[in-house]
Order: sequence, then structure tokens, then C-alpha cells
Amino acid sequence: MDFISILSIFVMACFVGYYVVWSVTPALHTPLMAVTNAISSVIIVGALIASAAGGSPTAKWLGLIAVALASVNIFGGFAVTARMLAMYKKKER
Amino acid sequence: MEHAAPPAWVMLAYLISGVFFILALRGLSSPATSQQGNRFGMAGMLIAVVTTLVTHEVASLPEILGAIFIGGGIGWVTARKIAMTDMPQLVAAFHSLVGMAAVLVAAAAFLNPEAFGINGADGQINPVSRVEMGLGIAIGAITFSGSVIAFLKLAGKMSGAPIMLPMRHVINLGTLAAIVGLIAYFTVDQSPWIFWTITALAFVIGFLLIIPIGGADMPVVVSMLNSYSGWAAAAMGFTLHNTAMIITGALVGSSGAILSYIMCKAMNRSFISVIAGGFGAEAAATGGPAKEQRPWKRGSAEDAAYMMQQAESVIIVPGYGMAVAQAQHILREMADVLKKQGVSVKYAIHPVAGRMPGHMNVLLAEAQVPYDEVFELEDINSEFAQTDVAFIIGANDVVNPAAKTDKTSPIYGMPVFDVDKAKTVFFVKRSMGGVGYAGVDNDVFYMDQTMMLLADAKKMCEDIVKALQH
Repeated sequence: MDFISILSIFVMACFVGYYVVWSVTPALHTPLMAVTNAISSVIIVGALIASAAGGSPTAKWLGLIAVALASVNIFGGFAVTARMLAMYKKKER
Repeated sequence: MEHAAPPAWVMLAYLISGVFFILALRGLSSPATSQQGNRFGMAGMLIAVVTTLVTHEVASLPEILGAIFIGGGIGWVTARKIAMTDMPQLVAAFHSLVGMAAVLVAAAAFLNPEAFGINGADGQINPVSRVEMGLGIAIGAITFSGSVIAFLKLAGKMSGAPIMLPMRHVINLGTLAAIVGLIAYFTVDQSPWIFWTITALAFVIGFLLIIPIGGADMPVVVSMLNSYSGWAAAAMGFTLHNTAMIITGALVGSSGAILSYIMCKAMNRSFISVIAGGFGAEAAATGGPAKEQRPWKRGSAEDAAYMMQQAESVIIVPGYGMAVAQAQHILREMADVLKKQGVSVKYAIHPVAGRMPGHMNVLLAEAQVPYDEVFELEDINSEFAQTDVAFIIGANDVVNPAAKTDKTSPIYGMPVFDVDKAKTVFFVKRSMGGVGYAGVDNDVFYMDQTMMLLADAKKMCEDIVKALQH
């Protein structure tokens, strides 16, 4: 992909983000922050590529540490979001 | 050595992963769909990770699984154990990890550009990729050190008071300019010293940016760092030409930016003045002068119980003080008893009621308050005029009419609840001495229809519940 296609995706995604986030109910802003935290750990993709054995051994170790850090976030972020969301209950009628 | 384009299905898989992340946020538009949204998020992450594992040369599987197991285990246990009141510092800590991960990935890309396919025909890293890497490592490092300071302040391991360095604006702007300049220079000269200097300066600026910001502004800071962690992921997505990372980065970046904006608006503070820092220090200094003594009425738990039983409608305004006193469960019990006796009970939540956006809603949800009894500022504010009792517990600045009338007040212009329009006001407060975060006196204390309930919030609610059940 050339730079311009990537930039197009990025700009469009910013607009999508803008509208989707404004539609989030304020009551769920804390779970929003927790889940955005979890999904921003998609940077684990970069960490996995960095961990490739070929080339620099330092880069490999940096990659593995990054995998571990991102995993803290992925598991922690989704788990804490799930825990919070499970607490939101409607009125019993 | 131009980067070979990955097969179409791989690009498609990353795109689906990105779309799933959009659906994850979309689900949060209502509590009813939110849990499904979270599952979309998990599925998106699984797709992204598995796709990478099967299509890229990676470290051996045991090494990868080991790293995921260690990190994931720590994350999962923390998520299970954390108290809901500690959510802001947990989120800050998580932000710092994303920042550090971005730094490590950018560093690895610099050391091993071959693996990332970012080398140009001349064996040097592509100039565009150098800018992306430079931005990625800089934003990542700022996110890391800034979040560490935010974490320490929120967790009370460091004083929440702003730390003001002399000439800090000059130092900060100089450092930022140096980072931008070095990233520009990096495109013509990819010497390691430039890359590592950018990294070091970015770590320093993240630290310098957050230390002068006071405790009251932390909700904005946490949101802002949320945004940065997204931009860091997006920058690395550009380096890797990865749509899942770019879409996610843009989503998270916008999300954090919007939350910062909402928080700033709720405090009537400009984003620039928050970043410039120092809020809280001046307030603490000017909040001191001796005030004239004005008459106020003290109420008892029995008064409150009687008045609320007689009322048709009660609006509860909780603030962070309620959570500090751990009074949310007994408060909900009080509301339950009143509802059984036919009183309409609603909760009114100010955007800055907690320590991060939406924090108070989570604390009430944890105390099993149904979410359809909880209302936001703009949705409920007009109802105070028709309400018999406003019950303020652990809040102060968010009900201060000075924000509407007194131009000299530090909180002037901040949107506040019109509790002064309610027929009767009960104000639960530990003592008459302490004033809110902003350190300003509150006219609501001295109104004719106000009764001060001076006690620990939890104890007061317990006494009211007892009195109600007589």
C-alpha cells in the first residue's frame, strides 16, 4: 500500500472515531476508556513482528517485552471492561 | 528491497479486525449493547494476533506464548482485583504500558528495519518511515512518562499538588521544538544518536508536561494520555502499513480527544490552561482568607428522613466525597427504602463527579443503582425547580451557584446543578470547614431551605435509613 492509501484510511477512521465516540453514552465513558486502552494494544502486531528471530537479537528481546506489555493491556483492559459492563443493570420492574 | 505486498486475505483480516474495533465502541452507545461490543473488541484482537502469527516470521511459538501468558496473567489478575475507586490509576497505568510498547516496537523497527520491510532500495530506511518511527517513539515515550506521573499522582504515591518549575513553559516549548526538529533532521540522516536523542527528550517532556498539573485536572490528563496512546499506535500502524493499527489508533485518538474536550467543558477550563498547569495551587493559596460568618441551619438524620418521606421527588447529587466515604451502597439502600414508600428517586451526575469521565456512573452501578435512574447534568437540571428535595452528598463545587453569578470565582462559568431551585436542600458534609476542590465558599450552605447534615457520609446515610424504617 502506498502512503496516500494509508493516509486515506487514517483520515476516514478519524471521522468514524469522532462520530462513534460522540454516540457513546456518558454513563459508559469509563468503560470506553478501558476498552480503548485494550484495543490500542493492537500494537502487539508490531511487537510480534519485532520479535522475529532473524536480524537483531536486541530487537527480538524488545519485541518480546513489548508483546508481554501489550498482553497486560489486552487481557487487563478487556477483563476490566467486561467486569464494569456487567454491573450496569436496569431497574427491576 | 521494496516491501512485498501481503496476500489480499491478510489485508482483509486486518480490515475486519479494525471494523470489529469500531463495533466495540459502537456497542457502548447503550448499556444494553455494551457487553456484546466488548466481545467484538476481543474478537477483533484475536483476529489481528492470529493473522500476524501465521503470516509473519515471528519468534518461536513458546517464546511468544510465554510472553503473552506472563503479561496476560498479570493483566487479568489486576483487572479482577482492582477496586472501582482505583479505576483512574489503573487506566493511567495501562496507558503507560501502551506507550512503552510503542517505544519498544519503534526501537525494534529501527534496529531491525529488514523485518518490518521499511528499507528503501538504497538499504537505508525510507524517509517517510523514519518520520513515522520518530513520531511513534516520541508519542509513545511521552505517553509512557506522562502516564507514570499521572498514575503516581492518582494513586496518591506522589503529591497531587502541581509542581511548578521556573521557566517551565520555555523549557517545555524548547524541548518540543527540539523533538520536532530532530525528527525532521532524521529524514536526511538516520544516525542512531538522533533516534535515541528523540526518545530521551520525549521521555523528559512527558514527565515535565504532567508534573505541573494539579489533582483536579487529572480527568483531563487521563483522557489526553488516552488520546496519545492511540496516536502512538496509529504512527506505528503507518510504519507497518497495518490497517487494524491505523483504524484503532484513529479511534482511540479521537476518543481520548473528545473525552478531554468534554472534561474541559464540564470544568469550563480551556485545554491550553489545563496543559499549562498549576490549577489547584492558586486555589489552595487564595482559599484561605477569613470569611464572614453567615448563619446556617443544621439538620439531623431524622429531619432528612421525615422530609424525604413526605416528598414526592428526591434528586440525589453524589460527588467523589461519597465514594471516598464508601457510602454508595448505603445510599442506594436509602433510595430503595424511599422508593418503596412511593417517593420518586433520581441521581444527578456531573461529568466531573468522579476522578475520570463516567467514573461516578461506574461507582453507582457497582452499588447496584439501576442505570436508568441515573441522569446526566443537561438531562436533569431543569427538574430541580419541580423537585421537593435535593440531597447532596460528597459534592460541592458542582452545586455552587457562584459558578453562575460570581465572575471573580475560580469556578465561574462551570456548568452546575441548580439545586438552589429545589424546595428543600440537604447537604451532607463532614464539617463546615472544608470547601471543595476549587477552595471556594458555597452559598447553598446558607440558603433558607438548606439543612446541613454534618457527619461522615456513610454514617449519615445509615442513620437516615434507620429513621426511615421507624
